[in-house]
Amino acid sequence: MSLRPQISDTDHIEGNVHALIELVEYGDYQCPHCGRAYPIVKRIQEELGTNLKFVFRNFPLRNVHPQAMKAAIATEAAGLQGKFWQMHDIVFENQNALSRSSLLKYAKVLELDIDKFTIDITRSELRNKVAEDFESGIRSGVNGTPTFFINGEKYNDSWEGDDMLNFILANYNH
Amino acid sequence: MLKIGTKAPDFSLSATPDQKISLKEFKGKKIILAFYPADWSPVCGDQMALYNEMLNYFHKHNAELIGISVDGAWCHLSFSADRKLHFPLLADFEPKGAVAKMYEVYDDSIGECKRALYVIDEEGIIRWNHLSPVGINPGADGILDALEEMDRPK
Repeated sequence: MSLRPQISDTDHIEGNVHALIELVEYGDYQCPHCGRAYPIVKRIQEELGTNLKFVFRNFPLRNVHPQAMKAAIATEAAGLQGKFWQMHDIVFENQNALSRSSLLKYAKVLELDIDKFTIDITRSELRNKVAEDFESGIRSGVNGTPTFFINGEKYNDSWEGDDMLNFILANYNH
Repeated sequence: MLKIGTKAPDFSLSATPDQKISLKEFKGKKIILAFYPADWSPVCGDQMALYNEMLNYFHKHNAELIGISVDGAWCHLSFSADRKLHFPLLADFEPKGAVAKMYEVYDDSIGECKRALYVIDEEGIIRWNHLSPVGINPGADGILDALEEMDRPK
């Protein structure tokens, strides 16, 4: 199963944009499994350094995780102020506190322009961007979260512990 | 599984303890039949949760989703409320698995439906089918591809 569409400049990319190893995660900010995967991805990023580009796409299951959509929109709003990844991190590190007031608190911690942030989180463009991520996930064969793609191919094995890192090292790190 | 191009057999099953749904009521709409082994088991939960988020994508194609397992109507009611599902779950409960058998997706060895999908067109003809290994959530990309193909001008 392949990634549709491929990584583009509408994606949030962390790491070296020219890296040959591409890791894409479809995730939900309120999903506990994604919370568990968060430090694992960090470790992969540390280990691979400039050999890796990491992309996060939203896949909120809104009926199961009623706060996931708002959290995703908050990260996109932070992204408009150049702080997508900072918000992404803070949200995953505080998965149990994703109310509107909590999200505003994180925006303050990140020293965002709060007036702009509170307007941006109501904008339909950001909701649509999250919905487009979701749809691309469906088209790519995402069936739950987190789902990872390595260099465009769906990764179906275990991502726990060092399993995914070892897979990447064995197959992609030349 | 029943072959593509054949007529989907009609059935009437309980959607709630006091309401039955039959396939022929949906003439004029596309139907996605999702047979799954059991309420509450982890993979089906995810599969149904995923489809629950996708109803608006299905509706765009004039398609309705129906879940079917051998669980009883009361079990479905509880499962559906817990997962906040917005589509019907039908109880293939008595005689057990009769509809699944008719659609050739019954697993006699465990007494549950296999994990199988059918897409049926507005005239009641099967246009796509898919059988998934029981432990694997088939996702929805195959369904969407089938619906798009059906809507493509001939």
